[in-house]
Amino acid sequence: MANSSATAHTGNHYLNHSKGLMSWLTTLDHKRIGVMYLFSVLTFFLMGGVFALLIRMELFKWGGHNLLEANTYNKLFTYHGAIMVFLVVIPSIPAALGNFILPLMLGAKDVAFPRLNLASYYIFMTGACFAVLALFMRGADTGWTFYTPYSIRTNTTVILVLFGAFIAGFSSILTGLNFIVTIHKLRAPGLTWDRLPLFCWALYATSIIQVLATPVLAITLALLCMERIFQIGIFDPKLGGDPVLFQHFFWFYSHPAVYIMILPAMGVISEVIPVFSRKPIFGYKAIAYSSFGIALIAFIVWGHHMFVSGQSEFANFIFSLLTMFVAVPTGVKTFSWLATMYRGSLHFNAPMLYALGFLELFTIGGLTGIFLATLAIDVHLTDTYFVVAHFHYVMVGGTLMGLMAGLHYWFPKMVGKMYPEKPALIAFWLIMIGFNITFFPQFILGAQGMPRRYWSYLPEFTLLNRISTVGSWLIGIGFFYTAHYLAKAMRKGEKAVANPWNALTLEWQTSSPPPHENFIETPVVTSWPYEYLPENTTMPVNA
Amino acid sequence: MFNQAFAGTTPLQGSDIAVQWDSLYNFLVWLSIFFFVLVVGGMIYFVFAYRHHPGKKTQYITGSHFLEAIWIAVPTLLLLGIFTWGYSVYHSMTQAPSDAYEIRAIGKQWLWTFQYDNGRTTVGEAYVPLNRPVKLIMTSEDVLHSFFIPNFRIKQDVVPGMYSSVWFTATVPGKHQVFCAEYCGTSHSGMLAKIIALNDEQWEAWNNHKKLGAIPEAGSDFSSSSSDLSASRVVAQVSLAEQGRAVYETKGCLACHSVDGTQKVGPTHKGLFGSSVEMADGKVLIADENYIRTHIENPQKNTVKGFNPVMPTFKGLINETEMNALIAYIKSLK
Amino acid sequence: MSIEETTVHHHAHHFASADDEFEAAKQGMWIFLVTEVLMFGGLFVAYAIFRGLYPEMFHAAHQHLAVNMGATNTVVLITSSLTMALAVSSTQKGKRDHAIIYLVLTLLAACCFLVIKYFEYTHKFHDGLLPGGLFTNTELKDPKSPLFFSLYFMMTGLHGIHVLIGMGVITWILRRTVRHEFSPGYYTPVELVGFYWHFVDLVWIYLFPLLYLVG
Repeated sequence: MANSSATAHTGNHYLNHSKGLMSWLTTLDHKRIGVMYLFSVLTFFLMGGVFALLIRMELFKWGGHNLLEANTYNKLFTYHGAIMVFLVVIPSIPAALGNFILPLMLGAKDVAFPRLNLASYYIFMTGACFAVLALFMRGADTGWTFYTPYSIRTNTTVILVLFGAFIAGFSSILTGLNFIVTIHKLRAPGLTWDRLPLFCWALYATSIIQVLATPVLAITLALLCMERIFQIGIFDPKLGGDPVLFQHFFWFYSHPAVYIMILPAMGVISEVIPVFSRKPIFGYKAIAYSSFGIALIAFIVWGHHMFVSGQSEFANFIFSLLTMFVAVPTGVKTFSWLATMYRGSLHFNAPMLYALGFLELFTIGGLTGIFLATLAIDVHLTDTYFVVAHFHYVMVGGTLMGLMAGLHYWFPKMVGKMYPEKPALIAFWLIMIGFNITFFPQFILGAQGMPRRYWSYLPEFTLLNRISTVGSWLIGIGFFYTAHYLAKAMRKGEKAVANPWNALTLEWQTSSPPPHENFIETPVVTSWPYEYLPENTTMPVNA
Repeated sequence: MFNQAFAGTTPLQGSDIAVQWDSLYNFLVWLSIFFFVLVVGGMIYFVFAYRHHPGKKTQYITGSHFLEAIWIAVPTLLLLGIFTWGYSVYHSMTQAPSDAYEIRAIGKQWLWTFQYDNGRTTVGEAYVPLNRPVKLIMTSEDVLHSFFIPNFRIKQDVVPGMYSSVWFTATVPGKHQVFCAEYCGTSHSGMLAKIIALNDEQWEAWNNHKKLGAIPEAGSDFSSSSSDLSASRVVAQVSLAEQGRAVYETKGCLACHSVDGTQKVGPTHKGLFGSSVEMADGKVLIADENYIRTHIENPQKNTVKGFNPVMPTFKGLINETEMNALIAYIKSLK
Repeated sequence: MSIEETTVHHHAHHFASADDEFEAAKQGMWIFLVTEVLMFGGLFVAYAIFRGLYPEMFHAAHQHLAVNMGATNTVVLITSSLTMALAVSSTQKGKRDHAIIYLVLTLLAACCFLVIKYFEYTHKFHDGLLPGGLFTNTELKDPKSPLFFSLYFMMTGLHGIHVLIGMGVITWILRRTVRHEFSPGYYTPVELVGFYWHFVDLVWIYLFPLLYLVG
């Protein structure tokens, strides 16, 4: 599709362009910033993951008092949620992979505002430091949703976590702003809107949500901070305020945030499936537009988190109806991916495995979403383990599978080495099986009535909880193993060629790893990025 | 067969609504299985049918407006149908009949109190008539709670500063579990209660302050549940301490106190009786009958050193028989 | 670019041209202002909800705000918007000396705004007209009155912070103007700061009637 500039590989690339810690900490190179995000996000993922394992350990036996005390347990699930949502899942694909890949995919030298990009990273880390600092003080025990008035009354250091999330939010806003302008202004010659790779479309839709929704979260968290410092009373029923108003404000951001998490993963899957099926993507326009359909609906369905909060029946009617329509664009994407595989020539390298895993888990996550969108059904299921299982299928099954697919897909580009295929296969099955063992029983637990955020539970829920805990160990082993083989591959992996997957998007038309300014000469685009002809079914890496 | 396939995954059907709810739930499960098999089954078929081998060619397909129209139109219609069904069941959940028996419920960290029109008050258990609509009018004294009865498939948040309500018609006699479903702090998972659905005879007896026999868990075999006795209203076949244990559990003491030596929000009761206890202001008291009684009825007066004065008063909520049984039970915790 | 420029601005080389860079920067600024609108939007929504719930309380409480001070501040800010616009146009035309004068005038107006705000705030503190739980005023009988002052302080406070940040960036471009860093060929920061300052002004145009007049 482009004038290849991969030929002039001189051995000089972004990793050895300049040396030393300071050259990384002060870099304006989007690739290095992406790598720094990736390592930070993975560190927080380790933290959040360990918390999750501790939570599951406590739930191995009914009645509490197994490993943790109630207050410790409450802090751990708060931290698990807050870290995973604000510091892992939201920034994982856009800020880490997106930062690295987006300019390369566009044929640009960098993002539009490189200094702002570095500033966003430091803002993110500052927010993260505040949140983590609270851990060493009195912690926070409100749940990641910070519902009032409990979050006003608790004597834990919830204010630091609020402040951390507030600051990290600005990083999200500025990254979104940067990406929108980059996509508008820095596309290579010939890269028209109808040739834009679907990952870029997905990041574009995501950025719009980040820019429009995050400021509302910022002001909400700021109000809650003021509530704790000056007792302003906006959300405090004792002072005439309205605690349910907080939920409206919170979900006005946090529902779109769910799509900030899932849309980029969908973008990754839309790249991986055609490449490994050696076939054009099915329904390019439908997939691109459905991202915007999802982004639009994202802003008008927040009330579906509040069907039993006491909002009016009419509001519930509207929110339930609108929520149903989320399933339509989501279904369009799912069926299009499936149709892309039809009559393809399928290669099962790790990225494709994770894409298939995504399809399986996301289908379950999506279908159970319909249960929760249905008014009467939600009344029984909301705030139970059914909801916990549902959003883990979407966020872990969706976003993390997307992240793993993208990480393996672009690993050769990022570090110039291949990951080993066999360990990746083993880790994939560990994570997949472990995930289903952990979370599928939670659907049944929820339907049976076990509420979420329970430190101790009744004896009849023991068996399913135990199965779930055992599953969590498999996931843990799978991820630790992945960290191990990827770390090893970084040092000793086989050298990667410029385009190991024989893919058509621009990031593969430059050397691996790319040179300091991405391309030796500006690429010129002459066709769309999914032009896989019937004979073009081989990949260098599998040859 | 289709309607019973997932019965094991849902609780007992304890109300009219639960029956309607289960039909819709079963339909959604079957529908999900259909789409799961369609997508993941299709995917697995493709994985085997179209795997790469040297020399393989693909077919150049970029889309089909016909297929797209189908997979937009069919789900849209299905979803509208599901929405309508879901809303109609929900609507009947919200419309309490005007002749419903009203009970007022108060949530506070971490117990439920129920007040009846006849002036009675119960903690941790709500007595309701069988086969008659009952409406709970609820509020909270502190933070958000949520009143959740799995057997009836209903749930409603309880918000400080406002009243919310929930209604049901219990169709199965016995005790139905109640959970707090909105996170409310340390003992959120200990904030339990029971709805006790009484038949006409028992309801009559309860309203006339007569003793009730053993009330079993809803759905369990009546004869095998004779050990599960309802606190004060028990015919004295078991020891006073055993009766006290039932009071201890139903009044929610376990949310904050333990009987095995672990410290929760409040001090443990193991080995309490007869010991010397230091108060927050430094004075030392001997834990005797009077000590326990004053700490139940007026807990703010003397707080045990190292604990916060957060316990609510139970004055008027525990009658004399119950108090005697309770003290006997705490005395038995060596 | 014209040849008679004294200093030549080199555009960042990931852009094809200086025009592209200017357009990108402007687009970025517009998006940023949209996020600002949404941030203030949250407060306006809270205002609308509580005003709808307690209209009498709002009416009684708003009479304790100093309309004359608010009105003066409105005039001051509109004037500063004018001087800012003149500063931008002077820079575009290469009239550096005029630009410096207008930027200084804008800064003075911003200071004036904050000084008046300071007197307003101290007066409120003195009367115990404080947010929520800190409220000690005894004249206002409605127990919900503290809510009005919570909203008043949150809205004007957030706006005040924006004025402070505005003064910071105006000082920054003033310094760069003095150092001959701008020219008719390159004046992006001046233009963007101009956008920002007009936005800050615009927010006040909404705050003033909602808090001081309509009540």
